[in-house]
Amino acid sequence: MSKQTELIQHIPRLRRYARALAGDAARADDLVQDTLERALVKLDLWRPGSDLRAWLFTLMHNLFVNQIRAGGPVHCELDEAADVPVRGGQSDALAVRDIHAALAQLPSEQRAVILLVGLEQFSYAEAARVLGLPIGTVMSRLSRARERLREIMEGRAVVKLQVVK
Amino acid sequence: MSEITEDDLHAYADGVLPAERRVEVEAWLAAHPDDEARVRVWQSQNRSLHEAFDSVLNEPLPLDLVRAVNVRRGGSRPLWRAAAAIMALAATGLLGYGVGVQSQPAAMEYAALPHDAALAHVVFSPEQRHPVEVDAQHAEHLVGWLSKRLGHDLHAPDFRAQGFELLGGRLLSGQAGPVAQFMYQDGQARRVTLYVRRDGAGQAATGFRHLREDGVEVFYWVDRDLGYALSGAIDQAEMGRLADAAYRQISR
Repeated sequence: MSKQTELIQHIPRLRRYARALAGDAARADDLVQDTLERALVKLDLWRPGSDLRAWLFTLMHNLFVNQIRAGGPVHCELDEAADVPVRGGQSDALAVRDIHAALAQLPSEQRAVILLVGLEQFSYAEAARVLGLPIGTVMSRLSRARERLREIMEGRAVVKLQVVK
Repeated sequence: MSEITEDDLHAYADGVLPAERRVEVEAWLAAHPDDEARVRVWQSQNRSLHEAFDSVLNEPLPLDLVRAVNVRRGGSRPLWRAAAAIMALAATGLLGYGVGVQSQPAAMEYAALPHDAALAHVVFSPEQRHPVEVDAQHAEHLVGWLSKRLGHDLHAPDFRAQGFELLGGRLLSGQAGPVAQFMYQDGQARRVTLYVRRDGAGQAATGFRHLREDGVEVFYWVDRDLGYALSGAIDQAEMGRLADAAYRQISR
């Protein structure tokens, strides 16, 4: 199978990640397109047999970070985020409805890690390679992201009683 | 039992712990309801992410993205040369993309059949979680739904005698209209797909033809207004036997 054919196999999953990462469908596909173009230029650097998926996600992550640094469009977060009130409640139905808005409120580096692990099902070690981070950083970031997401989705008004151990 | 760490709890929620450790974490959670509640929330977050975004996997691929891969390196790769023109998955806007593509002369459509089928095979057969839109447990609904969309009675051939079980199917969008894809898998997780579309241009019924597309074996034929293409990255002789079985069941 040619390298290009292998590339096309990964487009659906790159699109899923980009959609969740960038929020907006058009912006997400722009990110995928940039990633594919970058991948073609660098394709000779990728060795057949090694993990093409992780390599593509790494390229996409780097492009995403560069866009954020440049104050690019991805930085604007989700279009509708500001309009969607954060609801209380914990049922899965509510969770699905709110997850778009809740993701948009996460810092982008937390969003990336929770998506790579929870949605794309990369192992922690693979996620660390994609993000260019030590695995310990990935774990602490994942922990913060999940806690933050929970707070957002349960509503900030919930008063938490801290139990002192 | 070593101490249960925060990392263990995440690994438990993500289902990546070895069985032995999983049991230990379960014991810990039974005694620590706060941790159990947190883990349950994380699992629910994972489910919510899938419910919110997995549908993207079933969307037709935008032509621009296929072209992005195709544009710089033409030449010796038939699948790639064919891809931008054909992109079965993106063409008619049936599934939401309004890319109007003119229907082409019959001969060209027929020539495109194995290319389209191989491409659709390559895109969807590696998918682990969502290889199909409708699974085989709803086989009757699947066949009825796809028949309705194609406007023609379809049959999903039974390959159990050849060791392949029906996984399910999906609806794709081809340049000449909707396309049905049935997917099968054997005990070694090898997959074959049957690609079916209307060939309404009055093609005469044909015997088998065979093409090898970038490592994918494709057997294709036309019968009673439908074009069929069976694709799989497996041995040609075995593919031939499957195609023969499909032909006997469908076209008799």
